[in-house]
Amino acid sequence: MAGPVSEDEMNNRSYYRLLLIGITALIPLSLFAVFVFLGTYSWPAIRFNGLHFLIGKTWSLGNLYANPITLHGAVVPRGARYGVLVFVAGTVLSSLIALAIAVPVSLGVAVFLSEGAPPRLRPALSFIVELLAGVPSVVYGLWGFAVLIPFVAATLGPGLKHLFGWIPFFRGPVGGGYGLLSASLVLALMVVPIIAATVRDALSKVPLEIKEAAYGLGASRFEVVSRVMLPMARASVIGASILGLGRALGETMAVLMVSGGALNYLPGNIYGPVSTMASFIASQLDSALQDPTGMAVRSLAEIALLLFGITVLVNILARLLIGRKGATARA
Amino acid sequence: MPLRAPKPLWRGRRTLAGVLGWSGAVLAFVLVAFPLLDILYLITRRAFSAFSLTLFTQVTNGISGGLLNAITGTAVLVAGSLIIAAPVGILTGVYLAEFGHGRFGSTVRFCSDVLTGVPSIVLGYFSYVTLVIGLGWQFSVMAGAITLAIMIVPYLARLTELALQRVPNGLREAGYALGMREATVIARVVVPAALPGVLTAVLLSTAISVGETAPLIYTAGWSNYLWNGRFTHEPIGYLTYVIWSFINQPFASAHALAFAAAFLVIAAVLVLNIGVHLLLRRKVPAH
Repeated sequence: MAGPVSEDEMNNRSYYRLLLIGITALIPLSLFAVFVFLGTYSWPAIRFNGLHFLIGKTWSLGNLYANPITLHGAVVPRGARYGVLVFVAGTVLSSLIALAIAVPVSLGVAVFLSEGAPPRLRPALSFIVELLAGVPSVVYGLWGFAVLIPFVAATLGPGLKHLFGWIPFFRGPVGGGYGLLSASLVLALMVVPIIAATVRDALSKVPLEIKEAAYGLGASRFEVVSRVMLPMARASVIGASILGLGRALGETMAVLMVSGGALNYLPGNIYGPVSTMASFIASQLDSALQDPTGMAVRSLAEIALLLFGITVLVNILARLLIGRKGATARA
Repeated sequence: MPLRAPKPLWRGRRTLAGVLGWSGAVLAFVLVAFPLLDILYLITRRAFSAFSLTLFTQVTNGISGGLLNAITGTAVLVAGSLIIAAPVGILTGVYLAEFGHGRFGSTVRFCSDVLTGVPSIVLGYFSYVTLVIGLGWQFSVMAGAITLAIMIVPYLARLTELALQRVPNGLREAGYALGMREATVIARVVVPAALPGVLTAVLLSTAISVGETAPLIYTAGWSNYLWNGRFTHEPIGYLTYVIWSFINQPFASAHALAFAAAFLVIAAVLVLNIGVHLLLRRKVPAH
C-alpha cells in the first residue's frame, strides 16, 4: 500500500475486513456445525447401537404399539434393531459399479471433446455434457423410471444374464428392472459429466510442445492421446474418479426411484433390489417418526453422520489428488 | 526408382488401434449424449399432453388439479435461498479473491470444496435436526431456504472468486492511484468489472436450487395450498416433490402432473444454463 494511511482509514479498513472474515468463516463453520449437531443428535443412537450398527443386517423399528422397554440404558421400542450393513453394501456396490462404467466412458468423452471432435463443434458438444451435469437428480430418476427400468427388465438384464450368466453375480432372476443394475447405470450417467469435465481440462493443459514432440517421433493422433496426454493427466483422472465416487455415494433421489428399496436383504445378484444410505434416509422419515421413543429418527441421523464422514473423507482425498495435478503434470 | 522405406509390420496394428480408440471415444460420447436427448424428448412429449391452463391456475388436489402451489412454492424457496446465500457467497468470494492468500483462505477454499461434496440429504437431515426439530420451526419455508442456501454458498463463493481473479490488477492499481480506499476499489471497480462472472454464479446456484429435492423433503415438507406468507410452522409445496412423489401413484393424472412438473424444472435449468453459457461466451472487453 502506497503512502501513509490515516487512522480513520485504518479503522475503516479493519472494520470491513473483519466483516468479510466473519462471513467467510461461515463455510468452515457450517461444515463443523453439520458434524457437531448430527453427532450430538445421534449420540443416544450411537451408544445404543454400538458396533451392531455397522455389522447388523436388520433394520427394524420394533413393536411401536407395545410399551417401550429400557435396554442398555436407552428407552426403545421392543425388538428395535438398527443395522445398516445392507445400506452400506448397497451404497458401496452401486457406486463402485457406477464408477467402473463411468470412468472408461468419461475418458472416451473427454478425449472426444478435447481432441477428437471437429474444433468448431467442440463448444456445442461440451455444452451437451455440461447440461448433463445440470440435470436434477429427480429428473434422472424420472427418466430411469420411465425409460431405463423397462429397458433393463426387458433387454439389458436378460442380455447380461445370457452373456455373463456363468459369473454368479450375473446369474439368477432378472426381476422387474428395479435394483442394483439400474441404480448403477443412473449413477454412472450422473457422474460421467463430472469426471469428463475434469479430465478434459487436464488434457487441454498438456503443453503443445509435448504433443508436437510426440508427433515428431512418429506417433499417430491416437497414440499421442493414449500414450502421452492421458498418462500426463493420470492424477486428474484418479482425482476426478474419486470426486465422482463421492457424488455417487451421496446421490439420493435418482437412486431412490430406480433401486427397488431393499430392506434387510443383501442383493444376491446385480439385478436385485438395493437401498443406499442416502435413499434410505430420504424414504424412511415418515415411518421413523412413528417411533414414540425417537430412537429411529436418531438412528437415521447416525446414518447421515456416517454418510457425512465417508463423503467428506472421499472428497478430501479427491481434492488432494486434483490439487496436486499441476506438480504431477509437469514431471 | 525413388527410395521407399519398408512398410513396418506393426503399422496395420497401429492403425487398427487408432480406429478402435477413436470409435470408442465417439461411442462414449453418444452413450452420454443420447440419454440427455432422450430425457428432454421424453419429458417434453409426456408433459405436452398434460399442459393446460389449469396447470398454472389451480393448486394440486390430491393427485390431480394444477401445479400453482408447487410453482409458486419453488419460486419462494429459490428466492429465499438466494436472498440468504447470495450476500454470503459473493462476499466470501470477494474475501478469497482479494485477501485469501493466507492459510485461512486456503482452509476456507478447501472446506467449501468439501461442502459441495456433502450429500444434499445429509444437509437436509442436519437442518431437520437443528431447524425443524431443534428450533421448532417445523416444515417451513425458512428451514427449506436455509438448507438450500448452505448448499449453494460454496458454489457462489468459488465462482465469484474465479470471476474476481480474472479482473486485471491494473484496474485495482488505477483505482488506488485515484486515491480510492481499498473497500471502494473492491465495491466500485473490481466487483463491477467481474459482474458477468458473479451473475453466472448466481444463475448456476439458482439452477441447483430449482432442481433440488432430497433436502427439501426433510425441511419444506409439502403442501397442497398456496403459501400463506408465513416463514415458519407452515409447510410449502415445490415442483420436484411432485415429480418423485406423484410418479409413484398408479394414476394417469398423477403421472401427467409429474411430467409437467419435470418439464418446468428442466426448462428452468436449461434456460439458466444457456444464460450462463451466453454470459461466459461474451468476450471480456480489452483493458
